[in-house]
Amino acid sequence: MPQLTSPAFKENAARALADAALQRALSGSRGAFLARRQAAIAALPEFERLREIGRDIKNHTLAHLDFYLETYAANVEKAGGTVHWCATAEEARAAVLGICRRVGARTVTKGKSMISEELGLNEHLEANGITPVETDLGEYILQLRREPPSHIIAPAFHLNREDWEASFRAAHTDLPRERVFRERRDILAEARARLRARFLAADVGITGANFLVAETGSSVIVTNEGNGDLTQTLPRVHVVLASIEKVVPTLEDCCALLRLLARSATGQDFSVYTTFSTGPRRAGDRDGPEEYHVVLLDNGRSSMVGTPFQDMLRCIRCAACMNHCPVYGVVGGHAYGWVYPGPMGAVLTPSLVGVDKAGHLPNASTFCGRCEAVCPVKIPLPSLMRHWREREFERRLTPPVARSGLRLWAWLARHPGAYRAATRLAAGALALLGRGRGAFRSFPLAGGWTRGRDLPVPEPGGTFLARYARAQREGRA
Amino acid sequence: MSKEAILGAIRRGLRRGPLPADQALLLAARLERHPRHLIPARARLPRAEQIALFVRHVEKEFGTVERVPDAAAVPAAVADYLAAQNLPARLVRAPHPELDAMPWSGRPLLAVEARAAGPEDAVSVQHAFAGIAETGTLMLPSAPERPTTLNLLPDTAIVVLRASRVVGAYEEAFDLLRAERRDASSGGFMPRNVMLVTGPSRSADIEQTLELGAHGPRRLHVVLIEDDPAARAGGAAAPSPQEG
Ligand code: SF4
Repeated sequence: MPQLTSPAFKENAARALADAALQRALSGSRGAFLARRQAAIAALPEFERLREIGRDIKNHTLAHLDFYLETYAANVEKAGGTVHWCATAEEARAAVLGICRRVGARTVTKGKSMISEELGLNEHLEANGITPVETDLGEYILQLRREPPSHIIAPAFHLNREDWEASFRAAHTDLPRERVFRERRDILAEARARLRARFLAADVGITGANFLVAETGSSVIVTNEGNGDLTQTLPRVHVVLASIEKVVPTLEDCCALLRLLARSATGQDFSVYTTFSTGPRRAGDRDGPEEYHVVLLDNGRSSMVGTPFQDMLRCIRCAACMNHCPVYGVVGGHAYGWVYPGPMGAVLTPSLVGVDKAGHLPNASTFCGRCEAVCPVKIPLPSLMRHWREREFERRLTPPVARSGLRLWAWLARHPGAYRAATRLAAGALALLGRGRGAFRSFPLAGGWTRGRDLPVPEPGGTFLARYARAQREGRA
Repeated sequence: MSKEAILGAIRRGLRRGPLPADQALLLAARLERHPRHLIPARARLPRAEQIALFVRHVEKEFGTVERVPDAAAVPAAVADYLAAQNLPARLVRAPHPELDAMPWSGRPLLAVEARAAGPEDAVSVQHAFAGIAETGTLMLPSAPERPTTLNLLPDTAIVVLRASRVVGAYEEAFDLLRAERRDASSGGFMPRNVMLVTGPSRSADIEQTLELGAHGPRRLHVVLIEDDPAARAGGAAAPSPQEG
């Protein structure tokens, strides 16, 4: 398992806030995503309707998840592939290692996969004498730096250009001193040249999957660089890492979700490469892998089915929620302390590693509601975070300071006049600090409680109050 | 076994046992029908506009398009493109019957081999199964006559597409696959690999700023054969109002 530092979220966040280079990277990167997404969505008038369709497709699939997984696995096998059902991370690591050993693999190329991060697969392979090579540009530099990703689609979100140059110089020791990396283009060319040889030498290629299609037994990857495709095309063996909630019934269902994914993620109409893989090389094919394996991972997800957290299993990992999150925007991804950061991580991580270890994460929120407003499959992230907070509260896991903070928050919420006055006061006092960010970094009445997270400027219509009132009526607050 | 454990946990969550036969039949029927969802209006245009939209979208995604009147004009167009880009007159092409039938020997200075691509190949000519107008996307299904490496290894990827194979939406391109392909070994219509390609490769991993030419081709050039009367009309048509 990758190292878990979620219990130290507060300390992590404080460190992140004091890290000037990180703050520069965070503020430099976010705007680009938001503006591109906005433009792509403005150009597709049906986007709102498509979100509802996406939600419904995922809900239909989850309500029949056993059926669709069995159908999917049967069709993978019909196409000549093998499915490895893995209940735990340990089983999945063993399955991958078993395949690598059987084919005598020495190096393994890898496309970007969050499941691989969840498994801590690289460390496991290295410990067993197999060299994993990350080929996604962002993952590649993080492997050189031995850092985990800080974002689910842009792993090196926390780095600045100088970091790239420094890491390349440190790792590629044969570089001539006069070689410059002033431009992004120079960095890209260097990585491309280095990785070409690795692609060609690898024995096994490991990719993730954005979707699994039950109807055809296909795995789907969505990338811009082409590294995932080289990874799954050139080596003798292709191993797909996928979690059980990635399955969708048909190609048509997949197409509907694909219309949401790239627009929500990078603000592209469509990513450069959307590739469907179905089994190994066919008779007469001149290229492609000879073996095709799917490591199908549960790792706690099946226990979310039938609970309020089932909604989280709709997630298509677009990252829109973290791109729009004021807390992520100031603390970055590493502060969350495990594989999945931002609002989706705050909901998913406690489900996968336990609320006792990740109970702080759902507090890393201002309940501004932006994550839910942008989520392409309409996951009610704020109310799921609130669910966790309530459970954590009940279990008395919350330290006293946070408990009083919560009580203060609850009191303010029940006294709208005071809440508004407090907000106005904060707004007045902190207008200079908060202006242009849509969020405030401190809040006089909550002191330490809001340090490290932002109090949002209340949205028109009192989103938070309305939600809170609704939650109270439903007996959840 | 873990399969049973996982399925069992899911069923416990759903508060039921294995799906009753009648419900399983309904789901199987849905798979059989594979119903379409909402197709955006931009994918539902008259023929001429659809082809024009395809071209505009390829260009928007940093690809280039050249229209040629017929298949016989392709080798000359490819040779001229390479010359204009200062690229060597050497390429590897898909061993596809439609490309086999083209007069490559009419350009004797152009060295052409029909095979899968290797690491030394700088230029490829691929055959497109279909073009998808809604995002300017090429559908490239793997086959002995359409090797996948041609899409990936060369720095310059040239793709030959017949205008009559341009469709509006992804679903229509998959319908062509369903109708026209049957794999002998799997019994299914899906080939081993189907790439949907939209523009040349790129990365935004460095400071989230787009940079062309990552691990895949740096250039993507589409040679569009105007074998559809509507294609010609589309070339002259005004930009469609639907386009964003
Ligand atoms: S929770 Fe929604 S917005 Fe966040 S990554 Fe998942 S799908 Fe995207």
